[in-house]
Amino acid sequence: MIATLARPLGWRLAQAWMVAILVGVLSFLMMSALPGDMIFRIAAARFGYDNVTAENAELVRAQIGDPSDLSAFFDWIAGLFRGDLGRSLVTGEAVSAEIAHQLGATAQLAGIAIVLSLVIGPPLGLLAGLRPGSVLDRATVLMASVFKATPQFLLGLVLIVAVSIGMGLLPAAGHGELRHMILPGLTLALGLAANTTRITREAVVQARGSDWWRFARWKGMTEPQVVRRHGLRHVAVPVLTLIAAQFVALMEGVVVVETIFGWPGIGHALVHAVFHRDVPMVQGTALVMGLAFVLVNALADVAARLLDPREATR
Amino acid sequence: MFRTLSLALFMSGAALPALATEGVLDVVAPFELKGPDPVQSGNILIKMDVTETLVDADATGALLPGLATSWTVAEDGLSWRFVLRDGVSFHDGSKMDAAAVAQSLERSRGNGGLLAKAPIQEIAPLDDMTVQITLSEPFAMLPSMLAEYRSAIIAPAAIAEDGSVTSAIGTGPYRVTDYAPPNKMAVAAFADYWGQAPVIADAVYHGISRSETRALMAESGDADITLTLDPASVTRLNRADGLSVISVPIPRVLMLKVNGAVFDVETRKGLSLAIDRAGIARAVLRFPEGATQMFPPGMADWHDPELPPLAYDPEAARTVLAEAGWTPDADGILQRDGKRMEIEILTYPDRPELPLVAAVLEQQFAAIGARPVINSTNFSEIPAKHGDGSLSTALFARNFALVPDPVGTLLQDYAPGGDWGAMGWSNEAFTAGVKALAAGSADEGTRDKLVATLHAELPVLPIAWYQLTMTVSDKVTGVVVDPFERTLGLSQVGWSQ
Repeated sequence: MIATLARPLGWRLAQAWMVAILVGVLSFLMMSALPGDMIFRIAAARFGYDNVTAENAELVRAQIGDPSDLSAFFDWIAGLFRGDLGRSLVTGEAVSAEIAHQLGATAQLAGIAIVLSLVIGPPLGLLAGLRPGSVLDRATVLMASVFKATPQFLLGLVLIVAVSIGMGLLPAAGHGELRHMILPGLTLALGLAANTTRITREAVVQARGSDWWRFARWKGMTEPQVVRRHGLRHVAVPVLTLIAAQFVALMEGVVVVETIFGWPGIGHALVHAVFHRDVPMVQGTALVMGLAFVLVNALADVAARLLDPREATR
Repeated sequence: MFRTLSLALFMSGAALPALATEGVLDVVAPFELKGPDPVQSGNILIKMDVTETLVDADATGALLPGLATSWTVAEDGLSWRFVLRDGVSFHDGSKMDAAAVAQSLERSRGNGGLLAKAPIQEIAPLDDMTVQITLSEPFAMLPSMLAEYRSAIIAPAAIAEDGSVTSAIGTGPYRVTDYAPPNKMAVAAFADYWGQAPVIADAVYHGISRSETRALMAESGDADITLTLDPASVTRLNRADGLSVISVPIPRVLMLKVNGAVFDVETRKGLSLAIDRAGIARAVLRFPEGATQMFPPGMADWHDPELPPLAYDPEAARTVLAEAGWTPDADGILQRDGKRMEIEILTYPDRPELPLVAAVLEQQFAAIGARPVINSTNFSEIPAKHGDGSLSTALFARNFALVPDPVGTLLQDYAPGGDWGAMGWSNEAFTAGVKALAAGSADEGTRDKLVATLHAELPVLPIAWYQLTMTVSDKVTGVVVDPFERTLGLSQVGWSQ
């Protein structure tokens, strides 16, 4: 068992290192290529609208030097080997500490979104797949299309207007307590659930048409028994793969949702770091996001192998 | 029975607010927390009553004793002494004394604080409770500058060896309990505060950059005080229950900075006549009126009702421009000496109304035959392009009350030029007048002359006077509306009965 997992994990580890170096190089090059004087952007972020002046920009230049200089890049790579991501050019805080705070918020949001999407999506897909062509099946197709097509910023605002202002149930925005998580989580989850519903439904329809399903029914099992003993595991594999693939969409959505609901988070941090030309923060957040992709894919590999041992022998 | 209970609570006096509501006072504003440094996030720290300044200011801009109870200046105008308030402690329990204050002010001065603009030689403790500030030339603005948020006093323990600030340790009625940048800061009443204890024990600041979200938080009751709303939300919130929308004129002016090296004074007058200020104010900004001169009526010393208002007259604009040598070419585009009148309007989208106003200006300049383009980008491009001389025009909002006295801003922006003011313009009499006002040696009537010069030469084209828009929930009372955007009077805000 361990041996069958070691090879893919070793590959993912090598991938992680490649991601780290590539992200570092690319984000450094892209930041250097952006138009405008970096120092002015950093000064703008530090001092704000009314107070950014050429004098303050020179003060910043004297303090931090030229962030687009190659030596800054090599310092960053050297720091990487020591596990040091450097300091933010805007706040002066350690990048690792800022990311830890922001990543925590994003992880909460992403976690809630995935859990909610799993509560909503697969059960609906399962019911729809067991009764193809039924009213429920057609209704889920309709709902899935609607939620898939609605941009998240619109969905978020609609939910705030309906739930917070209309019903007065949950806070409109804010961060820190469980009640602040539900609306942003739901905004993300509805889009994700649209996909998982459809994938589950297709997998169930396909399973119902397969020989093993018919055999299970023929030997006397009821349909719910087939679903419980064979169907769920079969359906879980594509759903799991989909969740890993949806991670990209989730990260995009997180940026939008964080802004609307006033959340901190890694998407928010990355966008602001790019605006403010905070090179170490851009490198750090991009690195963490890149590694998160590798980690999620590695976990999905492992889970898929555990669910479907045939994979290992292929 | 309920009434009796609340009456009983009322009788119990000071303990009432804590008993009556367990709630937290929620303040929502667009500014994100950058760090604990007053130079970076001091406007939030001072609004949340975490930090205080030596000199305080009220809603009329009058200076009041703050952490300094009195101050004096020597005959020569160079040596200022500030006597500190007794019995003030920082939130870490340490005592506020002259050494701590001098260290805090020197740090601010060396790290981009407003004091860097004052002709200060040294800030040093004179004795345990007196701070002496030595100047190189007389400077009457000093107390005003000490009232600014970047000059707030923080504890020595908050200042690292390299001058960076590691935590927000002030002297205010509230101390920081949870500092979670960029969006959230929770504060609680500071037990050893020297003055009146806060009425509500707990408050939270939320930095919410999207104006729609702020408006929704106000409407849903999540926010007790909401600052800065977009015009569309104001219209809607005016109809909402449970809150009041407050709109007050503030000393902030929406203006078009014009490169004087490219556009001479006659050309600027022509462009000014092409701008429909009243239309922009009503249709885009939803303000009652456009600017008729540089300073709004609220700045009584600086607003001159006798000045002829800046007019909108496209016909006259064409005539003035023709006299300045701008004539239409074969395509109908204004040209002078073979060069077309190309105007780049540089602006930034952080204030959502700016690109909209830029779009109107683009049309109105095109209507008189100019070739305008909009460049909406990061606001730091304005000082950057000012610095390298490549700026054409820039549209922005400038606060004339960074310090309660606009002379501070004029000194930076117009004597003779500055990143957020005049460019390629100078007027010796004007510069001398501003410097005399700053030094405290100006003649009677200097201000009127300065205002008249700005009106006649138009180094920048004023477009609109800003309104501060905020909502206050009916749940709270006692919120201070400060046109200088300095305080909310937070510690004395209470729950409505």
